[in-house]
Amino acid sequence: MNVASIVNAELPVKLSVRDLDFFYGVHHALKNVSLPLHTNKVTAFIGPSGCGKSTLLRVLNRMYDLYPRQRAEGEVLLDGENILDPRVDVNLLRSRVGMVFQKPTPFPMTIYENIAFGIRLYERLSKADLDVRVEQALRGAALWNEVKDKLQSSGLGLSGGQQQRLCIARSVAVQPDVILFDEPCSALDPISTAKIEELMDELATQYTIAIVTHNMQQAVRVSDFTAFMYLGELVEFAETDAVFTTPKQKKTQDYITGRFG
Amino acid sequence: MSIYARRRIADSIARKLCLAAAVFGLAWLVGILGVLIYEGVKGLSPAVFTQMTPAPGSSGGLLNAIVGSLIMTVLGVAVGAPLGLLAGTWLAEYGSNSKLATVIRFINDILLSAPSIVIGLFVYEVIVARQKHFSALSGAAALAILVIPVVLRTTEDMLRLVPGSLREAATALGLPRTYVIRQVSYRAAKAGLITGVLLAVARVSGETAPLLFTALNNQFFSFDVNAPMASLPVVIFQFALSPYKDWQQLAWTGALLVTAAVLCLSIIARALEQRTKG
Repeated sequence: MNVASIVNAELPVKLSVRDLDFFYGVHHALKNVSLPLHTNKVTAFIGPSGCGKSTLLRVLNRMYDLYPRQRAEGEVLLDGENILDPRVDVNLLRSRVGMVFQKPTPFPMTIYENIAFGIRLYERLSKADLDVRVEQALRGAALWNEVKDKLQSSGLGLSGGQQQRLCIARSVAVQPDVILFDEPCSALDPISTAKIEELMDELATQYTIAIVTHNMQQAVRVSDFTAFMYLGELVEFAETDAVFTTPKQKKTQDYITGRFG
Repeated sequence: MSIYARRRIADSIARKLCLAAAVFGLAWLVGILGVLIYEGVKGLSPAVFTQMTPAPGSSGGLLNAIVGSLIMTVLGVAVGAPLGLLAGTWLAEYGSNSKLATVIRFINDILLSAPSIVIGLFVYEVIVARQKHFSALSGAAALAILVIPVVLRTTEDMLRLVPGSLREAATALGLPRTYVIRQVSYRAAKAGLITGVLLAVARVSGETAPLLFTALNNQFFSFDVNAPMASLPVVIFQFALSPYKDWQQLAWTGALLVTAAVLCLSIIARALEQRTKG
């Protein structure tokens, strides 16, 4: 099934997954998945637990490389370049494809360092330039006003929602093209969740975003496109409105109406 | 009698037994410490820190032994701690599930519980017997061998406490593996790693057996690491066994010093550990 071409041929594609298969040892976790991530759009991956949506996300920055016995087959094209190619520099790839995790993971250092740390890895900046970039990143994650007076205190002292926005700022700071969100709000309270969702809207003006979520209302609220996955297969991929109002597949309809999952 | 009443009685008996066992065990410790402080404080004087170990009958202090202990402990830890840290890092971050790692862990556990006298004999065979003389350097080597397994174990344990999600987050930023370990894992585990080294220092600073065969002893002040060197534990051993009253007194005082030093290190280590977990 070549889903990539079905939906919207006019929109530019940032990242294109083609005939992707993924294996955890012998377990076949993704089966022939193809879909596009359109430039500066938010794409949501939904589906019941174990359907492979997080796995798919972790292929997009080759996070699975960390673990032996996990392998991917097929193609993932980022601006036309196949990132699954073993010759690709994964560190460079990850600087272009950032990731925000389910649980906030601030590094055990100051708020300032949490951001500056990643920037220093790729660029040599003067202290003043670095300060500017840190501020930009924190503003970009709607955190600046809350932390500007305590940049030198530990990132671990922030609330869960602030920590998560710090992690977003950290990803933004290295100026990626794509940001992957792996259930970024599932450990947060409703207010923090609302802030992050708002933020995503803004981020989408500059970045291509993929988000894994268990919360279907969230998918409706934040995403332009939705991919519904089930048992390692991509069941349906379309504009979010279409998926939730006029799903083409019976499975999708059953899932979004809460009949299983 | 209802089943609940029976349980209550069983519970109260079990509790009292536990308490009794704890009191019994601690009583001995308190007794030892009490006697040590009582006997040791009697001999405390500036001379202890300024004069050399005396010949029988004359007065003196422990200066050469204190300095010798410091030198050998520092040398031993300076060699052993980095090796242990690196090996522990490999086990936790790179090797974790490989066959080699399992073998290393197993051997390290043996080394960890090996009687220190065996280590002393080993170094005696390998270094002292070949050089044909005792030396502080061989003493430091024996201590280093004792330090490695302690530091290796704590390093691995502490790095394993660092959540995998933190490593993934750092990796997701595009950090090479070495950066992830140095800048994130080490930072997150810092207090624990220091604790491991401090515990190793505490462990070796009281070791006598490995030094008896290696550094031996020296009545005089010496900075020469290629010659025999005095150390507190060996001086305590020698003086405590002697028939001379003033030597015995110095042994008590030396024991008090070692105990106080180890206690301080343990307290610092504990405090740091709390900070890691908290």
